[in-house]
Amino acid sequence: MSLLLEPSLWSTTVVLGIPIAYAALAGVLSERAGVVNIALEGKMLVGAFAGVAAAAVTHNPWLGVLAAFVAGAALAALFGWATVYLRADHIIAGMAINLLALGLTGFLFEIVYGPLGTPSNTPTVPIWTVPGLSEIPWFGEVLGRHQALVFLFVPLALAIGWMLFRTPLGLRWRAVGEFPRAADAAGVGVLRLKFGAVLLAGGIAGLGGADVSIGILNAFSPNMTAGRGYIALAAVIFSGWRPGRAFGAALLFGFATALSYQLQGASPFPKNLLLMLPYVVTLLALAGLVGRTSPPAAIGEHYDPGR
Amino acid sequence: MSGWRSLAWTVTAIGLGFAVGGVLVAAFGHDPWLALTMMLSGAFGSSFDFATTLASSIPLALTGLAVALAFQAGLFNIGASGQFWLGAIAATWVGYSLPLPALVHPVVALLAAMLAGALWAAVIPGLAKVHRGAHEVITTLMLTYIAVELGHFLLEKGPMMTPGFNPESPKILESAHLPTLVSGTQLSAGLLLVPLCAGVGWLLLFRTPLGFGLRMTGHNPRAARYAGVSPTAATLLALALSGAFAGLAGGILILGVEHRLHNSFDVSYGFTGIVVALLARNHPIGVIPAALLFGALDNGAQAMQIFAEIPANLTEVIKGSIIFFVAAEGLGRWLFERRTRLEGVGA
Repeated sequence: MSLLLEPSLWSTTVVLGIPIAYAALAGVLSERAGVVNIALEGKMLVGAFAGVAAAAVTHNPWLGVLAAFVAGAALAALFGWATVYLRADHIIAGMAINLLALGLTGFLFEIVYGPLGTPSNTPTVPIWTVPGLSEIPWFGEVLGRHQALVFLFVPLALAIGWMLFRTPLGLRWRAVGEFPRAADAAGVGVLRLKFGAVLLAGGIAGLGGADVSIGILNAFSPNMTAGRGYIALAAVIFSGWRPGRAFGAALLFGFATALSYQLQGASPFPKNLLLMLPYVVTLLALAGLVGRTSPPAAIGEHYDPGR
Repeated sequence: MSGWRSLAWTVTAIGLGFAVGGVLVAAFGHDPWLALTMMLSGAFGSSFDFATTLASSIPLALTGLAVALAFQAGLFNIGASGQFWLGAIAATWVGYSLPLPALVHPVVALLAAMLAGALWAAVIPGLAKVHRGAHEVITTLMLTYIAVELGHFLLEKGPMMTPGFNPESPKILESAHLPTLVSGTQLSAGLLLVPLCAGVGWLLLFRTPLGFGLRMTGHNPRAARYAGVSPTAATLLALALSGAFAGLAGGILILGVEHRLHNSFDVSYGFTGIVVALLARNHPIGVIPAALLFGALDNGAQAMQIFAEIPANLTEVIKGSIIFFVAAEGLGRWLFERRTRLEGVGA
């Protein structure tokens, strides 16, 4: 029980939940526009690589963050071109994008950095301390001091939630995911909006990757996102395609991982069984705890304006 | 797109995939022709190289068949790697703990591998899909991570642990070994099971009412239900068959090559199986040439890395690009139709 009151458990929950939260927010954005986004993993991975590469070259972590956004969006452009305009199967194209990202980042890592890895003097995103909050006992330890991308996530998620549910653009966005023909009839450029949604989602997933590589660490290693993009996709489904709940689900997975780390030091349980925890929680979340959630009606479908 | 156009686009996609790899190699100042030559000679240069290529294509063909069968029933078994691991665990256990006569032993071990893989795919992902609507992409993938941790647990702290520094299981008994076809190589008699399994998969899918029901469920679940095919049974059966072939791949690798389970046992075969299935357009016979291509690619890339000092990860880029172009067949449709239109105008 005392373990659950340990502030480090909860602060690690936040740290590990945030990259998944960025990717889940990206997933909500793209799936609300009807594009299944299994490619989140690949976009996180290129974001993680571009973040380190740009931060190492410029010695400026914020340029790293920018590069991660651009790299995620660039890969998303390829994905969007295939799925939206060439009507490729979303899941197969997403799988291809993930493989491509895995190979490309692994190849570039080896050819640019070699066995020594990324430069050890790569700067990380600065740590922010919230005045006032950080002095409150317990809460201060959990929430008062984090790297900037943790704090920046909250306004981003609020802005996107507001955009999706409180603005005319958001209404069009959701209409495209639910009933594109009606949206088209109402004058919405369905394909353009879908493509834009995929681009923005790619950039945000890239930020999630940067959060792993130059937020939590200051290095890149091949396949370092290790399935977080897929867990984020589970968080999207778990949330019923809502940004706030997706954040909550991401924190749940962050908690499962943090708990498995914390227990490794403190319990007789074998390490490997504890490392299963986040994946077991993801399974349970999808298969047990939640009932069926309904995806946007036209998800995964292709829209042909000419027909 | 169907018939020769589909095949033509597949071949084009393979060419485009290699072109992407070549451009990337050239962009970093290496010679793409040298890379390709190294790759080809590494894959086919000698009888040893060719046997090694065949050996690496065995697990790829079987995991490819696994993914293809599930796809035919409309299910994306992205977690073939996990079922592959379970198959390897089961085959290892039968291999070292049951003293059986020589011919019976490998058969029992491989059947155990198939059963383990089938259960790993069908029980949790199958039931979660049928009862809760949980998408198999996520459930099978999560079970892959769980399977790998389970395997590591068995080797590091669990019942398969052996004394010593390396986390590895006891060696399997001689009686469980699959014979080697070309001595000095990793090519085992498992090779003979590949056409057998592909043939069985083809017969099952295209020549039995059961397979018809599976394919119907894949094409149009509602029509299948009206025709009396239970979607529950179809889903569970397709996942079980798929898991069985993935498990068999893991078992063959243990009995024919590794002879024991260890921590660095490769999981990438299951993921490459997805690529194999997609390239074969989910045709059970088509997985054989597709697996040969990727087996050659993997094997040739090792030679390329050693002799041309180009990272072997290049193969992932090539694989990803090939599948991207296969998926983006709209591009092919556009190109072909455009040509047809132009021809029409000319005539």
